[in-house]
Amino acid sequence: MSTIEARTASRLLLQVRNLKVWFDTPRGLVRAVDGVDLDLRAGETLGIVGESGSGKSVLSRSIMKILAPSARVLPGSEIRLKGLDLATVSPKQNKHLWGVDLSMVFQDPMTSLTPVLTVGAQLTETLRFHLGLSRDQAEEEAIRLLTLVGIPEPAKRAKQYPHNLSGGMRQRVTIALAISCSPELLIADEPTTALDVTVQHQILNLLERLQADSGMGMVLITHDLGVVAGRADSIAVMYAGRIVEKAPTKRLFSNMRHPYTRALIDAIPRISHPSHTRLASIPGRPPVLIDPPQACGFAPRCPSAQPRCLSETPVLEPTPIDPAHASACFFPLGTPAGDAARENNIKAGVNAAGTAVNAGESTDGR
Amino acid sequence: MAGSGTAHLRASDDVVLDVRNLTVEYVGRRGERVFAVSDVSFDARRGETVGLVGESGCGKSSVAKAIMQLPPPTSGSVLVDGVEVTALKGSALRRRRDKLQMIFQDPISSLNPLRRVKDIIAEGLRIHGELSKGEIETRVRTIIERVGLDPDTAPDRRPHEFSGGQCQRISIARAMVLDPQVVICDEPVSALDVSVQAQIMNLLEEMKARYELTMVFIAHDLAVIKNLSDRVVVMYLGKICEVADSDALFAAPLHPYTRALIQSIPEPDPEAGIQEAALSGDLPSPSNPPSGCRFRTRCPRVQDICSREEPEIREAAPGRFAACHFPLLEAATAPEQGELASA
Amino acid sequence: MTDVVGHTGSALSVPPTVKSADAAPVVKRRRRRRDYGAPLGAVWLGLVVVGAITADWLPLADPNEIGNVFSATPGLGDHLLGTDILGRDILSRCVYGARISMAVGLGATALAMVVGVAFGMAAGYFRGAVDSTISLFVNFLMAFPPLMFLIALVAAMRPSLTNLVLGLALLGIPNFARIARANTIAFAEREFVTASKALGASPFRVLTRELLANVMLPVMSLMLVVMAALVVAEGSLSFLGLGVPPPTPSWGGMLADGRSQMNEHPHLVMIPGLFFFLTVFAFNRLGDWARGRIGRESSL
Repeated sequence: MSTIEARTASRLLLQVRNLKVWFDTPRGLVRAVDGVDLDLRAGETLGIVGESGSGKSVLSRSIMKILAPSARVLPGSEIRLKGLDLATVSPKQNKHLWGVDLSMVFQDPMTSLTPVLTVGAQLTETLRFHLGLSRDQAEEEAIRLLTLVGIPEPAKRAKQYPHNLSGGMRQRVTIALAISCSPELLIADEPTTALDVTVQHQILNLLERLQADSGMGMVLITHDLGVVAGRADSIAVMYAGRIVEKAPTKRLFSNMRHPYTRALIDAIPRISHPSHTRLASIPGRPPVLIDPPQACGFAPRCPSAQPRCLSETPVLEPTPIDPAHASACFFPLGTPAGDAARENNIKAGVNAAGTAVNAGESTDGR
Repeated sequence: MAGSGTAHLRASDDVVLDVRNLTVEYVGRRGERVFAVSDVSFDARRGETVGLVGESGCGKSSVAKAIMQLPPPTSGSVLVDGVEVTALKGSALRRRRDKLQMIFQDPISSLNPLRRVKDIIAEGLRIHGELSKGEIETRVRTIIERVGLDPDTAPDRRPHEFSGGQCQRISIARAMVLDPQVVICDEPVSALDVSVQAQIMNLLEEMKARYELTMVFIAHDLAVIKNLSDRVVVMYLGKICEVADSDALFAAPLHPYTRALIQSIPEPDPEAGIQEAALSGDLPSPSNPPSGCRFRTRCPRVQDICSREEPEIREAAPGRFAACHFPLLEAATAPEQGELASA
Repeated sequence: MTDVVGHTGSALSVPPTVKSADAAPVVKRRRRRRDYGAPLGAVWLGLVVVGAITADWLPLADPNEIGNVFSATPGLGDHLLGTDILGRDILSRCVYGARISMAVGLGATALAMVVGVAFGMAAGYFRGAVDSTISLFVNFLMAFPPLMFLIALVAAMRPSLTNLVLGLALLGIPNFARIARANTIAFAEREFVTASKALGASPFRVLTRELLANVMLPVMSLMLVVMAALVVAEGSLSFLGLGVPPPTPSWGGMLADGRSQMNEHPHLVMIPGLFFFLTVFAFNRLGDWARGRIGRESSL
């Protein structure tokens, strides 16, 4: 994890402006990412949290330029790495951009491993291609990397194929691959979702250690707020293709302003609660992103929703107190307007979209 | 650890599900013998939820299938309301199945894509049916409403028109319509998003209260287990490590593995702090489990005896059962037995 | 601000069709090529089937009535498509011949499907000894070269429509059995099958209520292709004189009859050949279309 010195000395590593990625599907245009702005400084970790369909994976794939052919990145979208607009990078430069400047760890390790080559061969190939190392140097470096990511008996493992390794070991190998050329930015898309909780813990600790040692920036994408709570410097919460709230981690947890963030946290069962605690569930389900109306995407499920939320789309705006904290809500929590909106809805028992609201739920997990 | 032993079983009239010395072995893909479940025993009282938790490969799903007799276990006994179901065969077993139902992990795969919701839910009633067509229709309608679906539009639709959470509601309705005594839930919320997961967990709690269900709830997510269970069974590599009441277990785990699991949970709280990796290494292969205590290869408290002698489940502290030579007694005897105050 | 942002890799970028960010989506949808083959095929097969069924009531000449004009050219006299070497009306013989082709195409395929699917599903569901026995039988059937098998069959038994249908059905069984078995195995692993067993359903109920409809989807697309193959097989047998005995008209038989006069009177071969070709082609096009549709549906 980065420190305060790192933040002051840092420069902008990744800059995403007004990113819109739409998908052409038989049922219509899906606005998977619909106007996202992000900043990441070197050495920092940005957590992107969202449920399935929130657009978080499409976002990471657009940064890596590995979108499906049916995806359209709309004009006006901008992704800059150290000030360099990635859209203008030609495929020729691209081949060293990917791996050397930015690299990615996927949920399924087999996405980035080929089953037909040994682990060592895959590592040395990458090292020789990007860094121009000799065979011997590359082999030596591969062993060093495998040791670095905590693989026991690295020399023996290097001669094995991916299918000989356990899921946790494979994910370590893909991390070794991803950091092999010391990237400046590492994108980890649900890197631990397929793993058991004890292995997840190991992998997250590993990523954190590697980042502290190398000073790379990291985007950690997950559906699990618990995964980013202790590990990200700042968190962006995505819903329906947009960022609804963005703040430094501690501030987000102590002062959340968007009703969705609050509801998401309240819906998580906690070890610290006694058993049979009734969970504050979020009614309904995420919206379909085909031709969404001019409205807040969360309004139908939101206990604070007012008529305005159903006719206008709120934009992500910094809060008056802390410019690093932004939320996209007309009636944010903790403001007079937000409190009044929620109180009125609780009194009426229903929000502006007609969804039932009861007093006990969505306040504090009880 | 080793899960052999029956010290934790309760002698009581209201034990509805009694699983004893359950063993599941099968031949794996490469012809090797896989010891999926080895000598596991546990029981569940009427209206109780027993949580079965452990990492992948610990045998918890094999336990679920063995209880359901799909397929029957290699050996061991399963008593449902006093009836030995492992002794039943063919149609005698099928007639008994309405007492014992199951809810599955994958909401999409567990529903036949070509059948209508009303037929999916009515199937059990038709199989066991002494009910008339009209009665079945009424029961189906009632249950559809109780699981939170629209009884006017839902019955005639097919599964692909519903979201994952709604499909899980249909699955729950299919099991509940038979008014079962015991319901086995095999990771029913693992495939769902957080916001939907809470809905389904609340629904299961409602159903449990309404139908006085005895549940075996299987999950890999400890927070989910803690929330829904009265009693928790922790499994590792086909054996039981620890059995205790839910709150007590999470407040002060006795078995080193239980503690490691709890320490690995990422709490959604930035102030909670991150532990050093609680466990190193990977799960050994279930076809070649370690001698003695199966957890010894990853255990921070391992001693010589652990490789020689398999620890039996014993009452290490009042009401607390663990299969470990060196349980974490210092934690359990601490006065703070209730809950970790944090909220 | 850049105008063109192609993030899909390479230089291929999206044409800037969206003028402002908030404008309605005007990104071009990719067009699917329209396929006229399948509907036209369906129309042709419809005509053939209706013709075969209603032949007796249609204003057609008696197909077996020997006329005065031998090998009349199409368009001459009262014979729209001419006559054959015995002066029989070719249109009439083609329509009546469709009866044989359709009886074989539909009858033998249906029979093969029923038996094949039953065997295949039993093998796929019960596995073990049932599977080994059925697979042995299926492999046994497949080991014979089809034409040899049919010739042997016809030689052993009297050539008749029933025997022909039975023989061809036997040939079609392995195809259905294999696809039914493979799909049963795949679906039997799905949890809804386990759920059905957990409800207390008997194996027969699981097979008929849960698996049958799911297995039938891929079987249906295969059915059209097998029909085409069996129509061809019937044609070949009739051509070799091993089909339905004369004077009953059949397309294969007409081709064989006209062969000797092919140079002087090409219509003797061309017309039944065209019927034959269009029918087989239509079956295959429809089969391709069905396979595409079912593929899309099961991927939903």
